[in-house]
Amino acid sequence: MEKIKRYSKIIYILWLRQLKRYYRSRPRMIGSLAQPVLFLVALGFGFGPIYQKAGGGNYIQFIAPGIIAMSIIFTSMFTGLEVIYDRQFGFLKETLVAPVPRWTIMLGRTFGGATVATMQGIIVFFIALFIGFRPENIFTVPLAIIYMILIAVLFTAFGTAIASKMEDMQAFPLIINFLIMPLFFLSGALFPLNGLSKTIQTIIYANPLSYGVDGIRGVLSGQMHFAFQTDFLVLFVFATVFLALGSYLFSKAEV
Amino acid sequence: MYALIRAMNIIEVKNLVKKFGDVAAVDDISFDVKKGEIFAFLGPNGAGKTTTIKMFTTLLQPTSGKILINGFNPVTNPDKVRSSFGIIFQDPSLDDELTAFENLEFHGVLYDVPKKIRRKRIDELLKIVELEKRKNSLVKEFSGGMKRRLEIARGLLHHPKIIFLDEPTLGLDPQTRNHLWGYIKDMNHKEGITVFFSTHYMEEAERMAHRIAIIDNGKIIADGTAQKLIEETKSKTLEDAFLKLTGKQIREEGAKSIDKLRNRRSWRR
Repeated sequence: MEKIKRYSKIIYILWLRQLKRYYRSRPRMIGSLAQPVLFLVALGFGFGPIYQKAGGGNYIQFIAPGIIAMSIIFTSMFTGLEVIYDRQFGFLKETLVAPVPRWTIMLGRTFGGATVATMQGIIVFFIALFIGFRPENIFTVPLAIIYMILIAVLFTAFGTAIASKMEDMQAFPLIINFLIMPLFFLSGALFPLNGLSKTIQTIIYANPLSYGVDGIRGVLSGQMHFAFQTDFLVLFVFATVFLALGSYLFSKAEV
Repeated sequence: MYALIRAMNIIEVKNLVKKFGDVAAVDDISFDVKKGEIFAFLGPNGAGKTTTIKMFTTLLQPTSGKILINGFNPVTNPDKVRSSFGIIFQDPSLDDELTAFENLEFHGVLYDVPKKIRRKRIDELLKIVELEKRKNSLVKEFSGGMKRRLEIARGLLHHPKIIFLDEPTLGLDPQTRNHLWGYIKDMNHKEGITVFFSTHYMEEAERMAHRIAIIDNGKIIADGTAQKLIEETKSKTLEDAFLKLTGKQIREEGAKSIDKLRNRRSWRR
């Protein structure tokens, strides 16, 4: 009992640190919103007419959940950069020598980063409202946040796991971009999953982000490919695995 | 008898080796530090001081050899070791985006210092390092010297069994240095905290340390009291003795992370 109390305190203080840093860095907040907004406007309005003609309905309704997921995965994965940043500037040492299990440090960091990413997702949701997105049912919107949180935790843990093993500040963004792009493009964020070739479909089914996009879209736009329970279960399992993997790699980190 | 000796040694090092590739940064060293001792670890730049301290503090895995810190092995029992010591690092380890107070508070929570004591000590220590007026300023607005002082205050916030100080007084003015040593001596005296420090200021080692070890090229080349080292080398001061033992050549040092960073910083906003 004592231990649980102590561990939650550690997780809390690291979570709080992450939020303070986010709150104090306005350029970062704005910078990470620019890309999703661009995608939303350019693709939403650009492909809109053709999507309608093909009988898909309103494209903004379709793509907005995908872009929300995109802003979350970007922010989440790049949280790992802070581990590398902290290593370069020395702060990582301060946490690594602390008399607490390193997994508590990893969890605190991850939940902090995931909270920030989820907030980004919610901001993108509001921006989408502004350019014409209408959720199916205003009362179920909070349900979508559950899926956002799951995506955020999953990919923050993933980013942190990679960062625990890397020292190079320049290589990290390159590698992360190299991972994010296929994860995003092959997740059904931009196009429906019906009638795709078998190969592409298999890849998309293996991508955890697909289930996150599907869950958010199911709640917000009422369009689904899988089912709510499937989405939840897959995301939950992946998130748990990556948290465990991240904790393990982080506990082996050296400076 | 053996058990008694063991109980008295709070740090035990046996045949410790750390290799980076082919280069042995620490090359088969053995020594003990007794409970309650103030122990100085001296050596030229790049001699292996920081590498040794990193292995003591679970930040690096030794290549071979054995370490016991407060009776625990940093490799097999890192959590127990971590709750035995506090450390002031040689290079910066503050969070620039947090305030001075937040950095200390963060540390206090990590080390489980109860809130009441924590707040009291934070005020006390900020006064010692003369930063009480900047308590709520962001660390990134601080000068190098101020950061150093804050770091020291942070290292002393919790009272562990052993405190490691890796060149703690580097770049401090004599006033702060004096305050700092006053506080450390007090801690050592009142609470029996073992102090293990490295420094380039020989008069500091001579004045403060009960015992001294000198490391050069990864090997311990002399140890004992300042008096003993001076007598053995037939010198007048510890500085003379140090120079006689380690030679007069200037040493190369491996790049620190912050130096590596200097070439890279440009890409980030």
